Amino acid sequence: MEIDRIDERTPNQLRPLICSRNVLNRAHGSSSWSQGDTKVLAAVYGPKAGTKKNENPERACIEVIWKPKTGQSGKLEKEYEMILKRTLQSICILTINPNTTTSVIIQVVSDDGALLPCAINAACAALVDAGIPLKHLAVAVCCGLADSGDVMLDPTKLEEQKMKAFTYLVFPNSVFSVLPEGSLQVEGEPVENGIITSVTQGLMSVSFKFVQVEDYLHCIERGRAASAKMSAFLRRSLQSQLPSDTLKAG
Amino acid sequence: MGLPNVSGDFSSEMDVDAFRRLFPLRFYERHLVESIRPDARPLGRARDTTLALGAVTSTDGSALAKIGLTTMLAAIKMEVMTPSIETPDEGCIAIDFHMPPICSPLVRPGRPAEAEPVVSKQLCDTILSSGMINMKELSLISGKAAWMAYLDIYCLDADGALFDAALLSAVAAFSHLQIPVVSMNDDGRVVIISEEHQEGKDPVNKEKRKLTLSSIPFSLTSILHKKYILADPTAEEESIMDTLVTVVLDSSGRLVSLYKPGGTVLAYTSAIQDCIALTRQRVKELRNILDEAVSGMEVD
Repeated sequence: MEIDRIDERTPNQLRPLICSRNVLNRAHGSSSWSQGDTKVLAAVYGPKAGTKKNENPERACIEVIWKPKTGQSGKLEKEYEMILKRTLQSICILTINPNTTTSVIIQVVSDDGALLPCAINAACAALVDAGIPLKHLAVAVCCGLADSGDVMLDPTKLEEQKMKAFTYLVFPNSVFSVLPEGSLQVEGEPVENGIITSVTQGLMSVSFKFVQVEDYLHCIERGRAASAKMSAFLRRSLQSQLPSDTLKAG
Repeated sequence: MGLPNVSGDFSSEMDVDAFRRLFPLRFYERHLVESIRPDARPLGRARDTTLALGAVTSTDGSALAKIGLTTMLAAIKMEVMTPSIETPDEGCIAIDFHMPPICSPLVRPGRPAEAEPVVSKQLCDTILSSGMINMKELSLISGKAAWMAYLDIYCLDADGALFDAALLSAVAAFSHLQIPVVSMNDDGRVVIISEEHQEGKDPVNKEKRKLTLSSIPFSLTSILHKKYILADPTAEEESIMDTLVTVVLDSSGRLVSLYKPGGTVLAYTSAIQDCIALTRQRVKELRNILDEAVSGMEVD
């Protein structure tokens, strides 16, 4: 079933991705990530000595500061900060630099939907640029659910408003491994199928069946497929040595 | 009461309390192997839940919810406002979640707790997107007057699963809510009339009304740790194991929210399905508790 999208994309098509690293001079690591008209700038400072209050000094601490495009940060920004912090904590190796704080500052440049996934991708690229030890990368994608039950990837702001529900999903990137195939599987599923973060908004799935989570599982499936593409893009753009090198996804 | 030899040399001669403080994770894992938790619950069982409606008499609707030791007090105050031009026949709900220093040693006076805006936003999203409240019911005169419901939730004791308790108390407060009677005064403004001065005035809404709540959302927070799923964690469990999943289902079984903010454990499809199954059971329990509380109020 085909659904018309405003920008004539297919339901599975992502907006063009642009990632550039080392865009800021004073930051220890920085990146700018854009998906279509959504653009986020991320800067990483640290590791600095000492952890914040109420944090475990035996581990590295991550601090996230979210700056909205205009105005002061409110509840939404605080929630995004918390989600981003926990997501980054799960991909960083926190035992390497104990009793240090790494600050990640997110500046929204323009918001045209899928803002949180865009920020997660930007933060991840900035952490790599700063040389913070990571277990693996995180790839974030937004899946929208239209009234008809169709899943649309990477919706714009206008599409997000029209949809009955959408979900932000974060997956680990697909790994290259010398180990034999299957050794990295968990419960019969490859590692990159595991969900790091999931945030949903709106009602999912129809009300006439007994088991009513298909919509969500459907979103996960499509999200995984998209995350594989995005992780290939992330890998390609991180491998490029030139700091000003930008790659466009096909 | 000594624990079996797990931490090598000195656990055999160590006091249980000392072991719990020094090796919290190992202490828990020893229990998890036996499919039991230190507070004698099986892994999938939530703590005892109680609900009391009408705990605050000065408000239009209130409820006190307790899940284990976690205590939430929710209260709703109704005010008449002019609806916005975009939605002339809809009312509005403002939700605020408070964590005063009384609730936990981690909260210091003067500095708001980190969880406060997050839970507040989560509650707001859940209640609005579940469609539990028909905003049109909060309208009085189209384009002129509508209800503004101020829902304030106070956390009195924070012992884990804050969102679950907060949502339960919010839902209960809405089911206890009695919309006050209003009338038009001589200046053409809508005012709330008190019980004594009812005669001689023409009320806009005839009698005290209750909101019809369709598809009530209920939630269950679980911890994922290795292959175990621990339902309804305490604050101690939340501080030791960091992967939380909150599933919100409404009473007709639809998924309102699946919230997993990071955490070291990755959620695979089977774990997600298990969490949803646990939540589905819990929704039935919570529904009964709410129904009992509501019918208990009607008897009085």
